[in-house]
Amino acid sequence: MKPGGVVRAVMLAGFLFLWLPILLLVGFAFSADRIPFQWGGFSLRWFGVLAANERLLEAVWLSLRIAAASATLAVLAGGGIAFALARFGPFRGRALFGALIGAPLVLPEVVIGLSLLLLFVALEGVIGWPAGRGAFTILLAHASFGAAYVAVVVQARLAEAERSLEEAAMDLGATPLVAFWTITLPLIAPALLAGWLLAFTLSLDDVVVASFVSGPAGTTLPIALFSMLRLGVTPEVNALGALVVLVVGSMLALALWLFGRGRA
Amino acid sequence: MPRGILLAPLWTWLLLLVAAPLLILVVMALATPADGVPPFMLGWRFAAFAMLVEDFYYADALVAALRLAATTAGLCLLIAYPMALGMAGVRPAWRLPMLALLMLPFWTGFLLRIGAWIGLLRDEGLINHLLRGLGITDAPLALLYTEGAMLVGMVHAYLPFAVLPIFTALIRLDPALLEAAADLGARPARVFFSVTLPLTLPAAAAGFLLVFIPAAGEFVIPELLGPPEAQVIGRVLWQEFFQNRDWPLAAALALALLALLILPIRWFQRLGAGA
Amino acid sequence: MLIATALEKRFGAVRALAGLDLAIKPGEFFALLGASGSGKSTLLRVLAGFDAPDAGTLRLDGQDLRPVPPWARPINMMFQSYALFPHMNVADNIAYGLKRAGVPVEERRNRIAAALELVGLQGLEARKPQQLSGGQKQRVALARSLVMRPRLLLLDEPMAALDAGLRERTGLELRALQRKTGAAFIMVTHDQQEALALADRIAVLEGGRVAQIGPPQEVYARPATRFVARFLGAANVLEGRMRNGVFESAEAGADIAMGLPTDTVAIALRAEQIRLASADEAPSVTGILEDAAFRGDDWLMVVRLPGGASLRVLHNAPPPAPGSAVSLTWEAGAVVPLFA
Repeated sequence: MKPGGVVRAVMLAGFLFLWLPILLLVGFAFSADRIPFQWGGFSLRWFGVLAANERLLEAVWLSLRIAAASATLAVLAGGGIAFALARFGPFRGRALFGALIGAPLVLPEVVIGLSLLLLFVALEGVIGWPAGRGAFTILLAHASFGAAYVAVVVQARLAEAERSLEEAAMDLGATPLVAFWTITLPLIAPALLAGWLLAFTLSLDDVVVASFVSGPAGTTLPIALFSMLRLGVTPEVNALGALVVLVVGSMLALALWLFGRGRA
Repeated sequence: MPRGILLAPLWTWLLLLVAAPLLILVVMALATPADGVPPFMLGWRFAAFAMLVEDFYYADALVAALRLAATTAGLCLLIAYPMALGMAGVRPAWRLPMLALLMLPFWTGFLLRIGAWIGLLRDEGLINHLLRGLGITDAPLALLYTEGAMLVGMVHAYLPFAVLPIFTALIRLDPALLEAAADLGARPARVFFSVTLPLTLPAAAAGFLLVFIPAAGEFVIPELLGPPEAQVIGRVLWQEFFQNRDWPLAAALALALLALLILPIRWFQRLGAGA
Repeated sequence: MLIATALEKRFGAVRALAGLDLAIKPGEFFALLGASGSGKSTLLRVLAGFDAPDAGTLRLDGQDLRPVPPWARPINMMFQSYALFPHMNVADNIAYGLKRAGVPVEERRNRIAAALELVGLQGLEARKPQQLSGGQKQRVALARSLVMRPRLLLLDEPMAALDAGLRERTGLELRALQRKTGAAFIMVTHDQQEALALADRIAVLEGGRVAQIGPPQEVYARPATRFVARFLGAANVLEGRMRNGVFESAEAGADIAMGLPTDTVAIALRAEQIRLASADEAPSVTGILEDAAFRGDDWLMVVRLPGGASLRVLHNAPPPAPGSAVSLTWEAGAVVPLFA
């Protein structure tokens, strides 16, 4: 059913609404004017200023490392949980199990942040670990809600994949472990990768939870950016935005292209 | 099959990182604020809950948050449904690129997008600059740090999440149903209202809740784009924790927010189960 | 070779297997016939090892099979959906079981080639399952199981996904394969023509147990229960009882037969064995012709008897007009007494 003109117009307006601020952000990164979002001639100076901002660069590097590590941890935990839910049939406490993995998806960020901080404080008080708060606690916190998202993606894929494939493998002589390794894993690999990317992005983007569970040395990019934005916006932010859009955009284009080729 | 071996670490993960923190919230809400690090003493104190009930400031914060969340979700739905309809109507080959186009803003990080809005809405920002340049206004309009700016930022951040479930439901709709309705004499508008809309209503509800629930606890956008008076619960909780260092009160606020969201959350999970 | 006794399997409130007994001879083509819900797929899964029976015994050549997991049983299964691994090509699919068994590369290659030749798919080694037709997928699934040289192959509705035209030809090819490999085949199907045409022996399943077992002609000609009579060939079944050596049937409105055992509770009569009585024959029963349908090589008549029951009768000439009275007759030996 082809949508009518009004619907099309709203759709276009919607995309414009979503994209215009981003395009303007990127566009003005190339402006020489010190006042952000004003055009003062073409210039790349703000990229230079960005490159010289050591603190910001450190924050970027920290965020990237935390995001990669927490995404990996999230995939291991979330993937395992999804597999248990999709393939284990009924087991004791299954309802609670399913409810717990779904919780981070619906809890407000401030609640997740506060409750995890309290957990870390309590753990430190009782068993002395984790000692202090910083990159490691952020990593754990991000992995915990990342796993919830990974579980959703992997569960969806497992639900699609025929269970009889694993049974056929076992019928042909594969133990459950071998069947998982040779049959299930290759089939859910795209979902695992998608889950990893999702968890990575969420980690890179999080300011609320990280603020709660972080410590003096744990200044991530979002935390640094948040402090900057509280005071207003500078053209450095434009430059950062332009870089992020460039990197993410090309990664997405690459993923689309790979996906298209995989289909053929 | 050694299921126990796999389940044990998974249970540990879930109980430690999801269940325990929520229980500790309750423990903390009953504690007493104190000087020192960390700033509390365990106890059995109901004053935090009492404050929530007695001081209208907190009730107002909850109401303000729910109102903001409902308005945001409602506006998102209004824009999202036609957007999803438009996206579902394109040729199947274009669907994936359209989806990418929808989700790319999300992937670039939402702080940067808020930064863009700050740049656009501030007194020396692009919009005011254009208005003055075109001679429409003399003095800058106070666009930033208003309820309006906050709402625009919220809708901009949450819109893709309202579109996704509706879009998914629309492309899963059996085209034979629409053709059957047309065959029985229904014109396109009638087909939409009698077949498409009812069948995608659960997805629309899911889209609404997908925005409403997290938006109720939103802190960053009200803080960066909204007026100081916009004391939604997310902001109040943050302030109580970081500025007043009253951890028990913050915990009590978190529990109050959770209590309010239980019904929407249950509704959302039931919608998901039916999908 | 394979002996199962008193198998029980429950799923919640449903009793899928209710005291099922089965004995399979080596090298035989055995068909399990039944409607959906009769327990046939459950039985296959129990034999393959995917579901454990709640009660009963299962022995293969005398060895208790119940504690043996699926990957250790010398039994292979061909799944209804074929279950071909989508991320592997045809050759790797067939190689899978051989690799698990540790067969060396050279021998593997030879056996794969032989298996492909057996099913007539030479040259398709590099194709992926998504690039195959339904019939080709079925053959790959067969090859994948047969390359393991099982003593017993389980087939779950192997031809259900094929078009009608292909089914008959494929069925005969399947039987030829079975003869050639010498493995015992247990084929589960709901298509009675398949079962009758291909099997050495068939078992008709009803409600989780075996209603009748035997060679196809025997089960067809001498059904043991009403269910088997109706399920195989849709025979007419008339209720009644024996009195003074005569079978009285109220629903037929006449005395239908003589000389049957006294505990006969119903009789079965096949449509193709009833014919219109000629003018000088004494009819066995008379009725009114309600309807007639042309079926290509014959007509199917529906005749309503005085007692209210309808008989299906096959006739190979144009039938009289609907509404006319018809006289029907049959050989005495065509009447099958039923005791259940």
